[in-house]
Amino acid sequence: MAAGTDGIAGTTRLERAFREEWGTVVGTLARRLGDLQAAEDAAAEAFAAAAAAWARDGVPPNPGGWLTVTAWRKAVDAHRAGGARAASVDPQVLGQVNAAPADELAEPAMAETLGDDRLGLIFACCHPALAEEVRVALTLRFVAGLTTREIAAAFVVPEATLAQRLVRAKRKIRESGIRFTVPPQRRLAERLRSVRAVVYLVFNEGFASGGGELIRRDLCEEAIWLGRLLARLFPDDAETAGLLALMLLHQSRAAARVSADGRPVPLAEQDRSLWDAALVSEGVAVLDMALTRHSPGPYQFQAAIAALHGTAGSFESTDWAQIALLYGALARLDPSPVVEVNRAVAVGMADGGPAGLAVLAPVLAAGTLDQYGPLHAAHGFLLEKAGHPERARAAWARATESAGNSAVRDELLRRHGLFFI
Amino acid sequence: MKYALLIYSQTTAEEYAGFVAAARQAAGNAGPVEGPWLDYTRAAREAGVLVGAEQLTHSETATSVRVGNGDRVITDGPFMETKEHLLGFYLVDVDDLDAALDWAHRMPARPGQTVEVRAALSGLPWQRALTE
Repeated sequence: MAAGTDGIAGTTRLERAFREEWGTVVGTLARRLGDLQAAEDAAAEAFAAAAAAWARDGVPPNPGGWLTVTAWRKAVDAHRAGGARAASVDPQVLGQVNAAPADELAEPAMAETLGDDRLGLIFACCHPALAEEVRVALTLRFVAGLTTREIAAAFVVPEATLAQRLVRAKRKIRESGIRFTVPPQRRLAERLRSVRAVVYLVFNEGFASGGGELIRRDLCEEAIWLGRLLARLFPDDAETAGLLALMLLHQSRAAARVSADGRPVPLAEQDRSLWDAALVSEGVAVLDMALTRHSPGPYQFQAAIAALHGTAGSFESTDWAQIALLYGALARLDPSPVVEVNRAVAVGMADGGPAGLAVLAPVLAAGTLDQYGPLHAAHGFLLEKAGHPERARAAWARATESAGNSAVRDELLRRHGLFFI
Repeated sequence: MKYALLIYSQTTAEEYAGFVAAARQAAGNAGPVEGPWLDYTRAAREAGVLVGAEQLTHSETATSVRVGNGDRVITDGPFMETKEHLLGFYLVDVDDLDAALDWAHRMPARPGQTVEVRAALSGLPWQRALTE
């Protein structure tokens, strides 16, 4: 949206401030108050006040500082007024500040490292003590600043259900003693893994929707926004960069993934001129940076595979031998039959149909992916390549049959990400 | 913050009686007493986090009292019949959930046992009577 008139420019800047500052304001307040509900209430009031004040007086030079100071004042006011909201905050926290003007207390805190408060918020929202779907909802609400309604729409649950889930999560965080801080070094790897998994779940939720509803596709943008934020906050973490690269490279194919009538288009048939070259080169650059850390991981392997696709001139001229090796490395690190399906296709492209069928055989025999359409599609593809058109047709038929079972497929996409289309 | 680390196990009453007898016998032996739970309890005490700990009799021996209107109903057995039995607990005082989870993780519990971590509430009026 272009910023035309002053009024629109004001609104746009407010929206931008909202996106950029919401997590920081909530994080700062949550850390100081120890309660996400009180932080959310105060932040919401501050953003409402900003909408009115900035439309009248223009956007201040430091919108984030303005919002944090205002939110802090609102929190102190709410405490002075008493009532249910004040009761959730430890009286000691706000009790000490009653004697002093709010802004005196807020100013020094703002000058501190703002990034740290947002980080603490991310780690609290993605704490392994919370259920996975709760982590996703909390992160979208408090770090990314989506509304409860937007999140409910994206995950196709009633708004009241999601709101209730968030209420319970906020209570658990407060009462169980989950802190809004960066975990100590010895726990950082485990906790960062949980954060990355949440971001990737958000992305896959959007990606799995294919050409579906706009609100779900927006989840990809949200995940990339979160991924960029994480990569800024952890510039030295190779897997965090790997995750961002992977999402950028997947997203680069967004326009080609869905046909005009809304059906998914497999990689082999995609119109590569529709791929977003800027996203490809950004993804490749982020991945190259990650690889210089010499700390390999599943996201970097997947990003490397996506990068080979992204830079290939055609499906046939893709470096399939390299992709097969990367799938092999990924399978050793994080064994999964879904990875094996993709490796079988890559091996088939590199070394011929029979070699690919040999990789696929154990997956077919295990039977755990019987309902997974892409398994049978891969089977059909490899049979045809190996010169068995009759048997290939049977496999394609099973693929079409299983395609009707989109729930299984969607669930697998959510869990394992998408490799092959 | 205080946390209860509640140790649940599927151990049957018979198995449990065997474990307890063996543990008592070890404790009665001459010479230095060893054992993972002894080490764990010492470590918690030395770290200054241990408030209390008890090992309970098997839930098969529980007696439940249901409070009614002025009367009471006494029944043989636990409040809820489940396969998992609460067999003991530690009460620790640590900074946050992460620290409590670490102490739960450090327990020498056997595979199949589960440690439930529950934060204690604070700032309630009745709690004054604990220290009066």
